This record gives sequence, C-alpha cells and structure tokens, in this order.
Amino acid sequence: MSILVNKDTRLVVQGITGKTGTFHTQQCIEYGTNVVAGVTPGKGGQIWDGKVPVCNTVEEAVKQHGANVSVIYVPPAFAADSILEAIEAQIPLVICITEGVPVRDMAEVRRRLYFHNTKTKLIGPNCPGIITPGECKIGIMPGYIHKPGRVGVVSRSGTLTYEAVWQLTQRGHGQSTCIGIGGDPINGTSQLDAIRMFNEDPETDAIIMIGEIGGSAEEEACAYIKEYVKKPVAGFIAGASAPKGRTMGHAGAIVSASGAGTAEAKFAAMEDAGVSIARNPSEIADALLRIYKG
Amino acid sequence: MNIHEYQAKRLLKEYGVPVPRGYAATNSREVETAISHLGDDMIVVKAQIHAGGRGKGTFTDGYKGGVKVVKNREEAQDAANHMLDNTLVTAQTGPEGRKVQTLYFTEACDIEHEYYLAIVLDRETAQSVIIASTEGGMDIEAVAEATPEKIIRVSISPTMGLRHYHCRRVAFALGFEGEQVKQFARILTGVYKMFWEKNAMLVEINPLVTTKQGQIIALDAKVSFDSNAIFQHPDIQQLRDLNEEDPKEVEASKHNLAYIALDGNIACMVNGAGLAMATMDIIQSFGGSPANFLDVGGGANEDQVTAAFKIILSDPNVKGILVNIFGGIMKCDVIANGIVAAAKNVDITVPLVVRLEGTNVEAGKKILRESGVALTPADSLVQAAEFIVEQVKNAG
Repeated sequence: MSILVNKDTRLVVQGITGKTGTFHTQQCIEYGTNVVAGVTPGKGGQIWDGKVPVCNTVEEAVKQHGANVSVIYVPPAFAADSILEAIEAQIPLVICITEGVPVRDMAEVRRRLYFHNTKTKLIGPNCPGIITPGECKIGIMPGYIHKPGRVGVVSRSGTLTYEAVWQLTQRGHGQSTCIGIGGDPINGTSQLDAIRMFNEDPETDAIIMIGEIGGSAEEEACAYIKEYVKKPVAGFIAGASAPKGRTMGHAGAIVSASGAGTAEAKFAAMEDAGVSIARNPSEIADALLRIYKG
Repeated sequence: MNIHEYQAKRLLKEYGVPVPRGYAATNSREVETAISHLGDDMIVVKAQIHAGGRGKGTFTDGYKGGVKVVKNREEAQDAANHMLDNTLVTAQTGPEGRKVQTLYFTEACDIEHEYYLAIVLDRETAQSVIIASTEGGMDIEAVAEATPEKIIRVSISPTMGLRHYHCRRVAFALGFEGEQVKQFARILTGVYKMFWEKNAMLVEINPLVTTKQGQIIALDAKVSFDSNAIFQHPDIQQLRDLNEEDPKEVEASKHNLAYIALDGNIACMVNGAGLAMATMDIIQSFGGSPANFLDVGGGANEDQVTAAFKIILSDPNVKGILVNIFGGIMKCDVIANGIVAAAKNVDITVPLVVRLEGTNVEAGKKILRESGVALTPADSLVQAAEFIVEQVKNAG
C-alpha cells in the first residue's frame, strides 16, 4: 500500500542513539528501509553507525535530509512530546513504538492531531510498526516472515500478528502492508482507519483484522465493513477467556466492569458484517483463504 | 492502580473537596484513637478494601455488612472488633473475599439528598467526561439502564480543560440553586484538577450528598490511576497497598513480566499480550482452564523464563504448563536454550508442552527434543493445546 510506506519512504528515527532505537534501526536498514536521519537532542552533528546523520530536532531532519516519515523509540515520559514535535514539523506519518505512554498524554496528542492539524497521521503508540514487504520496514517486526503480496493486515497485537502473517506467507499469500496499530486505549490509527485505507488501496485485494478485548474499535470497523467493503475480510479477536476488569498486558485490553468490550460482542459484530471468523489463532489464514483465492 | 476510600478522600480534601472528618486504623490501638477523635454520636465504620459492595457484603464468619452506621463509641468499637482482620465477601471480591486490614471511621451526617459525580477518561473520544446524576447512592449502571435521561454527561477537551461554565452547566442540571451552585462548582473544579494533575483514569464520588445544613460533601470516593503515569507521581506510588494485590503478580512485575492470576489449572507463558490472550483462549476452547495470563515480552531469555516458571509453579492449582513463543527477532534456537536452561533451574513436576514458531524453528524443536528435559514439543498451537489439556486430564 503505497499510501503509507514504500521504497520512497525517507525515515527519521527519533531516539536513534538509544539501545532500542539502535538495534531496530540496524534491522530496518538491513531490510532495505531508507533511513535518512536520526534525532537525539544534544547529539546533533554526530554520525550514527557510520552512516546516518543525527540531528537535534525533527525540523532539522526534515529541512536538511528530507525526512517524510518518523519512527519514535523514546521512553514513555518523553514519547508524547516527541510525537508533538514531529507533528509540528509537519511529518506526514509518525509511528510511535513506545509502550507505557501515559493515557492523558495521548488524549492531548489526539486533540492536537484532529483539531489543530491536518498533515500528520499517527500510528501507535505501543505498536510494532508498519511494513510494506519488500519495500520498507519500520518497527520491530521480523522482516523475514513477510512476503510481498496483496493481503492487507491490521492488528492491535505484535506476536499474534506475526503468527497470522507467517501462516499467510507459508501458504504462498503475501501482504500488501501490515499495520500494527498497537495495544493502547487511545491511539492514532484505529482498525477502521486502516481498513478504510486498505479498502481504497488498488494494491490490496483482501484484508485481515486482528483485534482484542477492550473498547469498540472492532465494532466500529465492522459497521464500516458491512456498508462499504466488498473485498474479502477475515478476523480474529483475542481475549475471549479474559476476566472482566483486568488489563491483559496491553493498556487497552480490558473488559470494563459493566461488560463493555468483550470478545463475544466483537465476534458478533464480525459475524454481522460478513467477516470470515477464525475461532483460534492457528486458523487466521484459513479463515481468509476460505473466502479468498488470491 | 487503585487506592482505598480513606486515601481518596484525603487526596480530594487537598484539592478543596469537603469530606466528612475521618480517621483510618490498622490495629486496635489506632481503632481506639480513631474512635476517641469522633464524638460519642453517630459514627460510620467502613471496611477498607479495593472493591465495592462493602455495605451489602458479609464476612466469612457470618458478620453482616462492611459499612456500619452506629450510634456511639461502644458500638463503633464492637463493629471494629468484628471487622478488623476479618475477611469480607462482596459482589466484587469474588467468593474468596478480601481480608480487611484497614478500617475508616467517619462522622455521620444528616443527608438531604444523594447525588452521583464522576470523571472518567473516555477512550473513544479521548476526552475527560464528567458524569453526574441526581440518582446517587445506587448502582449508576442500573440508573443508566432504567432512566438514561437522569445521567448528565459533559465532555472536557484535554487542551482546554474544565471551565466555570461547565461547572455551572452540571450544577444547574442537577437542580442546584443559589449558594450551592458555587459550592458545587468549587467541588467539581477540585475533583477535575486532582483527576488531571494526578493522571487518574477514574474518580467516582457516590454519593456526593447535600446535608440538611446545606453543605455538599463527598461521602464515598473511588479513584484509580493510570499505571503508565505512576512513575511521575511518587506521592501516589506511596499509596499502593500490596495486600490488595496477588503476591504472584507483585513478584512478576519485579521481573518485568505481565502476569495475571486466574482460576484454572493450565498455566501459560507466551511472548506478547495478544498472543498470550489467544493462548488462554485456545486452552479454554479445548476444554481446559487457564491458570494465568503471562507475557514474557520481547525478552524470553533464560532469566525471565526461569522467573516465569517459578511464579507459575508457586500457584498450587497449576497442573500443567503450556509455553508458546513466537521467535521473531529472537530466534527459536536461542529461546529453546533458554527454556531448557530454565527448566533445569526449576523443579518442574507437572506436564510441560512447548510450542515454538518463527526463525530457526526446526533447530529450536531439535534442542527441545534432545534436551533431556521432560517436555513435549508441539508443532502447532492447536496441537499444543490438545496435548496439554490431555496430559492434565490424564494426570488426574
């Protein structure tokens, strides 16, 4: 899906000199991603790993190196600030990998994104990133399990997504783009946002949605699917066995005390929307291939 | 993170919210002191646990009620004797109940009317929402169900914050007049300020009461905080009560493991929250009962896996373990070595099924097979779930 990331992406890594930033940037460069700059305040002027210029600010990375996508590997206390800086620098796509960002900070970021700005799209936080196989990998996902193709994958999870992608790849079906929207309750891109993009993408023929308990993102996506999506869609929801009121790892994965956000409700929404349902994680590719021959 | 009612009230008081005079006590000496501070008049004795429904609850020895309004100091002492260190079962504690280690004694007041007031951070709109109602002192969900028109909702933009006109809007909607409009506005301002400054996810005052003397007071308070933001509030961290948490969960967090204890007998260890939930789900779908949620995160190295095994095995209900790891950047052979080493560090006396997938999976499976550790490698997640449910059933 060339709307978000592809071989023309010019990536700036915010937090490049940190341990996580360094490790994953090396992996992404190996995959073929074009990393044009890094940002670590105070280390401007340095060259990272002998190849990538480091800037003090995101604005410099845009002006001096033409960065058009940013990935953020910055600790939770400063992650929202980094996102806001990237938004101010008018970067069209920002991906925040960081887990543990205070929810209040994300409420403020969302406000900034939707009411005061039209240029930036945010993915995450607390997400594995985004990959257009064969062209551009941004984030912490293992590149080798992916294969270029025409199935769009959107998910709140990390390793659960890799399971599904691995299943698809092994059956000979590649992916157009895989978007990890992350496990937080307040984030930049929803299931619906991603599915809308896949629906409008001429390079995506089928879609997989992997959701989990908590919130109403999957229900909203299903309402859209029912009305507007003619491409085959398959889905899975994790957390059918989770108890109420407990946060299951992901900050957004919680069935409220009043019973809102259950897996059951989400499966029902999928059923109503005509989504092909996988009842266990080993059958996600199967659920799609029942209705899509590639 | 949750806190007790007495802590919530103390915090709200700092923000200018009127609360009844109250004293907390954790032992008989403190009980005596607390009671002596209050007049020999109506006193409310309240069990302090992180669960609602205390008033209607019953202690395990049969003593009824975790919230008692008594007539004098003698009755307060009697109630305290029954409650302190006793175990209270409410609709929200589960059948095993919760041990009451703190009591809160407050002065009673002449209630004119009970209202409901809460502020919650709404994930759908990414805004703070004030929820208020004239129907306080009861289950707000039931009110919302039966008479939704009696619930007032006002959204507050995170960047603009609470303004006075919001306070007036809610006050008038609740039917306040004259001086009470100002009083209520002051209270709501204080509650919102605390909610926002301390990164709370929920502040609930149920009931907020008007007294016959015309005052507005918070009679109960429930506050929970965003765990992601606690690091910014050392004063809030101090309020954590480890007695209200499962010791296994406390131990797990020390090792950066996300662990939640459940009721079943098949334990799981997985990398990634979504995959961990899906693993619990598949165990259940094969007729088994998950004993826990456990996410070892991106690490899954020998130390973490060892710590995870120890925590899992400290649960006496556990009759089998399913390890499910997707090796992405972390390769399966590295993970397999970690699992084998960890299994040798810990005395594992229950069936262990390990399912690996991802990079170098064949090498990983080989290491498991040849390790000499009593474990069953599985080729797929379905097979792994089948194996463990079977083995646990056969073990009797």
